[in-house]
Amino acid sequence: MKRTLPLFLVFTSGMIMLLQHFVPSEESEFIYKYANDWLITVGVYAIMLGIWSLIRVTVAKARYESGERFYAIVTLFGMAIMIFSGITVESQRAGSLFMNIFAYVLIPIQATIFSLLAFYVASAAYRAFRARSVLATLLLITAFVVMLRMIPLGPVSVWNQYLVGWILSVPNLAAKRAIIMGVGLGMIATSMKIILGIERSYLGSD
Amino acid sequence: MTLYEKMMNLDRRWIYLILGLAVIIPAIIPFTVPVAVTPEVKSIYNFVESLKPGDYLFLGIDYDPSSMAELNPMAKAIIAQCFRKDVKIIVTALSQNGPGMAEQILNEMASQFGKRNHEDYCFLGYKPYPGIVILNMGVSFKLTFPNDYYGVPLDSIPMMTKITNYRDCKGIIDLCAGSVADMWIGFANGRYGVPLAIGVTGVMAADYYPYLQSKQIFGIISGMKGAAEYETLTGYKTTGIKSMAYQTTSHIIILLFIIISNIGFFLSGKKEKKKI
Repeated sequence: MKRTLPLFLVFTSGMIMLLQHFVPSEESEFIYKYANDWLITVGVYAIMLGIWSLIRVTVAKARYESGERFYAIVTLFGMAIMIFSGITVESQRAGSLFMNIFAYVLIPIQATIFSLLAFYVASAAYRAFRARSVLATLLLITAFVVMLRMIPLGPVSVWNQYLVGWILSVPNLAAKRAIIMGVGLGMIATSMKIILGIERSYLGSD
Repeated sequence: MTLYEKMMNLDRRWIYLILGLAVIIPAIIPFTVPVAVTPEVKSIYNFVESLKPGDYLFLGIDYDPSSMAELNPMAKAIIAQCFRKDVKIIVTALSQNGPGMAEQILNEMASQFGKRNHEDYCFLGYKPYPGIVILNMGVSFKLTFPNDYYGVPLDSIPMMTKITNYRDCKGIIDLCAGSVADMWIGFANGRYGVPLAIGVTGVMAADYYPYLQSKQIFGIISGMKGAAEYETLTGYKTTGIKSMAYQTTSHIIILLFIIISNIGFFLSGKKEKKKI
């Protein structure tokens, strides 16, 4: 029963969602809308589970790991502040504590961390882009040409623009399309395996 | 260590320092960089330009503040173009850290162009599970978002009472820094057939060119360069064009480092062969 019920639910809901796509009727649209609402509801409960899990792990860190204690307290404090300051609809308005923390703490933090990537990318490019083999040389030349697109070089830029356009629209497109189709077919195969109960790893090991 | 080996093994702190200077110096001594417009950006501009006053455009500001440097200039230029043409905009922010930032952009642009919330634009805000939200909006905006970002029921918002779903919008432009673009392509364009264009970060652009060729998207704005191109077209210049100076100097520095590293690699390799 522990395994049969989930398998039955997955099969039933999977087949309904699969078939409704090919049945253009009001009833079909209702089922589709209803199922999607369910998914959001389940997701909302999953967020609660996530918050509970974060609190449990962070409290444990604060209590037993002296090196992590400070960061754990900051995490809990930050979470509590954001939850309580953002719990009302009014908190979404400009000038509220929630929006001020968002604008003057979160935005600068995220922008700073992301901009640091440029330094790591520069260092990595310096070390990795070396003409060690034919394939590496091809990669190097391609990267070089694509990066040159960002630099104004007068009339050379016009030609480079065409060359970059060709790289993106022909070799890149061929490779990407093959990957996309492969991923798509893989997703269909995996979905069918889950719906039909062949793939059961999502049930856990119990 | 020989000179060639030194060229190959520069301490990364030197790279950081020089790159830092390459970004700081253009900020102190600003200069402008000529921007060539690509057809994929021009097609988005032409599409918005073809809209009539009172038409609806759906704009997805689906990114976090971490990508704001690249994507905010795109959002501002598109909104400016719409506001100038009196095109009504419906905006969502389907990235969980994005709504506050999207609201800031909308407030700033609305005050600049004298536009009013609920009359000229409507901000629907955030809901979890972008794929589901995008699918549901194809059925009904009101069912998916009964209230807007400020808690106002959509039924009481003048500009939202006249429309039901994507069919009432002339098109969708999604600006994103994650996988949300895939969902817009698969669901909004694939299932509902809405004309769709995207604006993405520079590193993501190559992934979306297949969709451009297959006409699943009619345009793509990629990274800071794309933002600068759009700003050039609209004439609404904010940080996109300014940032091209930093981007140009930093790219030149990175390319120079790659050249130095390869010269060192090539020459030291030859030397080793001679020894053998």
